[in-house]
Amino acid sequence: MPKKLIIDGTEIEVEDGLTLIQACEQAGAEVPRFCYHERLSIAGNCRMCLVEVVGMPKPQASCALGVNDLPPNKDGSPKVIFTKSPMVKKAREGVMEFLLINHPLDCPICDQGGECDLQDQAMAFGIGASRYTENKRAIEEKNLGPLIKTMMTRCIQCTRCVRFMTEVAGVEELGAIGRGEDMEITTYLEKGMMSELSANVVDICPVGALTHRPWAFSARPWEMDKTESIDVMDALGSNIVVHTRGREVMRVLPRNNDAVNEEWISDKTRHVADGLRTQRLDQPYIRVGGKLKPATWDEALALIGSKLKAADPKKIGAIVGDLAGAEEMFALKELFTRLGSPNIDCRQDGAKLDPTEGRASYIFNSTIAGIDQADAIMLIGTNPRLEAPVLNARIRKRWRQGGLLVGVIGEKADLGYEYNYLGTGADALAKFVGHAPANKERPMFILGAGTLARPDGAAVLATAVKAAQSLGCIKDSWNGFNILQTAASRVAGLDLGLVPAAGGRGVAEMLSGGMELVYLLGADEFDTSILGRTFVVYQGSHGDNGAHIADVVLPGSAYTEKSATYVNTEGRAQMTMKAAFAPGVAKEDWSILRALSTHAGQTLPYDNLTALRAAMYKVAPQLARLGSVASADAADLGKLAGLPGTMTQAPFVNTVRDFYLTNPIARASTIMGELSALAANLKPTTRAAAE
Amino acid sequence: MALHDRDRIFRNIYGVHDVSLVGAQKRGTWDGTAAFIKRGPDWIVNEVKASGLRGRGGAGFPTGLKWSFMPKADPRPSYLVINADESEPGSCKDREIMRHDPHLLVEGALLAAFAMRAHTCFIYVRGEFIREREALQRAVDEAYAAKLIGKNNSNGWDFDIVVHHGAGAYICGEETAMLESLEGKKGQPRMKPPFPANVGLYGAPTTVNNVESIAVAGEILRRGAAWFSGLGKPNNTGTKLFQISGHVTKPCVVEEEMGIPLKELLEKHCGGVRGGWSNLLAVIPGGSSMPMINEADCQTLTLDFDTLSKLKSGMGTAAVIVMDKSTDIIAAIRRLAYFYKHESCGQCTPCREGTGWLWRILSRMEAGHASKSEIDLLFDVTKQIEGHTICALGEAAAWPVQGLLRNFRPVIEARIDQFTEKRRAAE
Repeated sequence: MPKKLIIDGTEIEVEDGLTLIQACEQAGAEVPRFCYHERLSIAGNCRMCLVEVVGMPKPQASCALGVNDLPPNKDGSPKVIFTKSPMVKKAREGVMEFLLINHPLDCPICDQGGECDLQDQAMAFGIGASRYTENKRAIEEKNLGPLIKTMMTRCIQCTRCVRFMTEVAGVEELGAIGRGEDMEITTYLEKGMMSELSANVVDICPVGALTHRPWAFSARPWEMDKTESIDVMDALGSNIVVHTRGREVMRVLPRNNDAVNEEWISDKTRHVADGLRTQRLDQPYIRVGGKLKPATWDEALALIGSKLKAADPKKIGAIVGDLAGAEEMFALKELFTRLGSPNIDCRQDGAKLDPTEGRASYIFNSTIAGIDQADAIMLIGTNPRLEAPVLNARIRKRWRQGGLLVGVIGEKADLGYEYNYLGTGADALAKFVGHAPANKERPMFILGAGTLARPDGAAVLATAVKAAQSLGCIKDSWNGFNILQTAASRVAGLDLGLVPAAGGRGVAEMLSGGMELVYLLGADEFDTSILGRTFVVYQGSHGDNGAHIADVVLPGSAYTEKSATYVNTEGRAQMTMKAAFAPGVAKEDWSILRALSTHAGQTLPYDNLTALRAAMYKVAPQLARLGSVASADAADLGKLAGLPGTMTQAPFVNTVRDFYLTNPIARASTIMGELSALAANLKPTTRAAAE
Repeated sequence: MALHDRDRIFRNIYGVHDVSLVGAQKRGTWDGTAAFIKRGPDWIVNEVKASGLRGRGGAGFPTGLKWSFMPKADPRPSYLVINADESEPGSCKDREIMRHDPHLLVEGALLAAFAMRAHTCFIYVRGEFIREREALQRAVDEAYAAKLIGKNNSNGWDFDIVVHHGAGAYICGEETAMLESLEGKKGQPRMKPPFPANVGLYGAPTTVNNVESIAVAGEILRRGAAWFSGLGKPNNTGTKLFQISGHVTKPCVVEEEMGIPLKELLEKHCGGVRGGWSNLLAVIPGGSSMPMINEADCQTLTLDFDTLSKLKSGMGTAAVIVMDKSTDIIAAIRRLAYFYKHESCGQCTPCREGTGWLWRILSRMEAGHASKSEIDLLFDVTKQIEGHTICALGEAAAWPVQGLLRNFRPVIEARIDQFTEKRRAAE
């Protein structure tokens, strides 16, 4: 039942169940706050959001007061609320003064300067000067790991970080000890924090108590250009803002998107930026006498062009890596089709996914936001905490609301929520085929990429579909059959049909020998040494596994350096924006392929991105609808169930082994290396793990 | 006007008689309890309402009314929590009840729990109360053994008592912090609403009552609401345990009628103010968090909720702290400010930051090392704390200082002048 309130003289109707601070926002009244955060529980401790409710003697904390608790006045008229009255002004000034008396006011040397809530609100709601003449409090620094620099003297004890770690990250490692003015935020044992989401506490910290250690003292917020973009560290497509100064990416921050990442990003997404500076391919190389020698673009492209012209089209092939954008994949496919080669594959892990089976067979059908509605989730061969930490936080959020049953088949892992362990592999999954429907409204299957990359992946997929059908995951109004991809490029690759054409070779066959030329588009995640004496072209941004064995290296752009389309695991097309320039003479990937096509005598018919995209959208129109998920036909899943093959007894193995080192950019990052080493030595500590 | 012996509820408050169940039963405790339960919960609530009993923990909220807030048909269990975390400086009545008349409390707990349809009662005993907890536990064990409480007891209402030992934090005496502490969390007050009667212990309807409020319930039912409401003053009925400490000849805990004149209380029971009535400087009437009352107001002062709140002070727990003219009043309040700084939980800003500030200013003022403009600053700071916090500790810290400033501003000014003079002379 909507409720009427009069806020600052404007009468508004607000929904039931809102808090007063939300109602004030809807009425257009600005209410300052420190401890309140929409996605965390309500603490009500900063007292900055006090407002005047007529009829109540004291000012009320608007974040903690529900509109339900505000009955109309006795005469039936709506409650009157003031957010700018003298009483409120006085209360805010008082709270602000208290917050500042023990704050060091070291803004000139504080990294939060310029984006500090305390600074901004002190300007807006504080009094000009301090009346505090006593000594200020100082608190020792805390060890919160390599990502988070602490300056706890600046802390205003809002406990947002404590609530984030406990509620969202599911790691109860942060808390407040001590009482009164001696209260301190700490990890108790000071061992660092064991979470893939830990650096989000810096974003939610309203002051400079927690800042990013890797970026300490490197740039001021107002010096940096901000570019809205998309992350490619996992297949979630988290929305990010890339901050650059000059040519350099200084930092990556999350951007709000309720449908995808809410407002969190993983530590890898955030701190991989230093990997963009090291191990970069900044000019073309040609292998001469066993050694890579710098070359010009013309030399390199001419050499590849001549090789492509001379080779038997059946013996040339292309493998696409995990970070490739849709545009370059489309260009690559066009080029190889024109060359007459059927050998192209975007599934470098060997996943048994086939776009001809329909889009529903390879995406996260329920959408990520669908997790919020799920009442049962079966995780099969996946550890979402490592494969998509932000998605895992969403499952945890749903679990915390209660009424969510989680089952796991595959490896046991500490996920941050309780689950029923159902078995290691095929047998446990097969038990659910023909099972009675689950007594749940919206049950969900999440199938990990690891289960599909097995030789019997097709059979696992078929069995999983059958089990999901039996349990009632696939209904008219609800498609709860989900594949959790781990490669950012994968769904777009499948959408564009980057799989071997009839008679063509896939990754495994190409690697098994007999090829004259293999073109690696940023493909590094397999044992490249087995390519042996095959002529290898590597196009990519980093000198990693692929470049090591390449005969020609073509320097491409990383995801921050090009505008490219990525389709996330739920099939949502999103576009990155060019935030910085690629180093040296490196080029945008699609333009390299366009240039190469001329040298290979098969000129691609587009001279700019717009023309390329127009052609691409004809093949895959869903890529044009940026930001939205094109629906997939659940009926296609029915056909999958008929796939032949039997499953082996091998247990399901998760695809991500080392969260911090899953791609060439991450492997080039010093910080990711440090975190990887740290994670190997730290034992998980959540309560759920113990159970 | 003085309370007749026959009207006393706590007849063993000094522990001179038998403390055990047998002794308590001789004094009438547990007499007719089963019959009260037969008359139903509504009768009990109405009787307590009619008696005019106001909560003895400090705020003086009508007890019967509080009980009636508990939901009558709720699938969740209801809980009674008894606040025995008596930590307010000056207060020492609950410990006497637990030590010497614990069966009144146990019986009252059963009746109150029944009135609120609760089968479980938690008694949260202050951490420092070791002997008190032992005495209370003994009484609870005796009651269990005698089948007065427990499953299938002779009173006809299944009822369990859990005596919980706190860890010695003042803030856990705040009702919602107490619930947090009982649940095993850090003792920090919760936001209200929701009130405990809706969402309390373990998310279930809960009522938190003071030891004394519960302990008098049995006697009120036995003797009738009219008897209780006939004592004291209108709206301030019944008897009350007064605890007098400080500069009196014989500090004591004594049961008296509500509304007794201060002078009578001190002279009759405490041997008067040290050095005679004219030597009185001020009293803190209700435990350390209440603003003090100066000597002029003390002349005709009667001790009851309404009179004291008219004087911008409060009845509190009726812990009367008497200060004679030898008291350094600034030092006394500075010490209280230190207490509240030390006991602030640190959760919300005004109390966390403000209590320390109060203490620091007062410490300098005690020596005179301050400027006169800081007196107004001090008052301002108390006003910035008061009313802006989650729980009442903010007020508790602010009020004594406000009491000082209202009544003894010239003393502070003189102290500052003296200090300035001395420093000028030294230069």
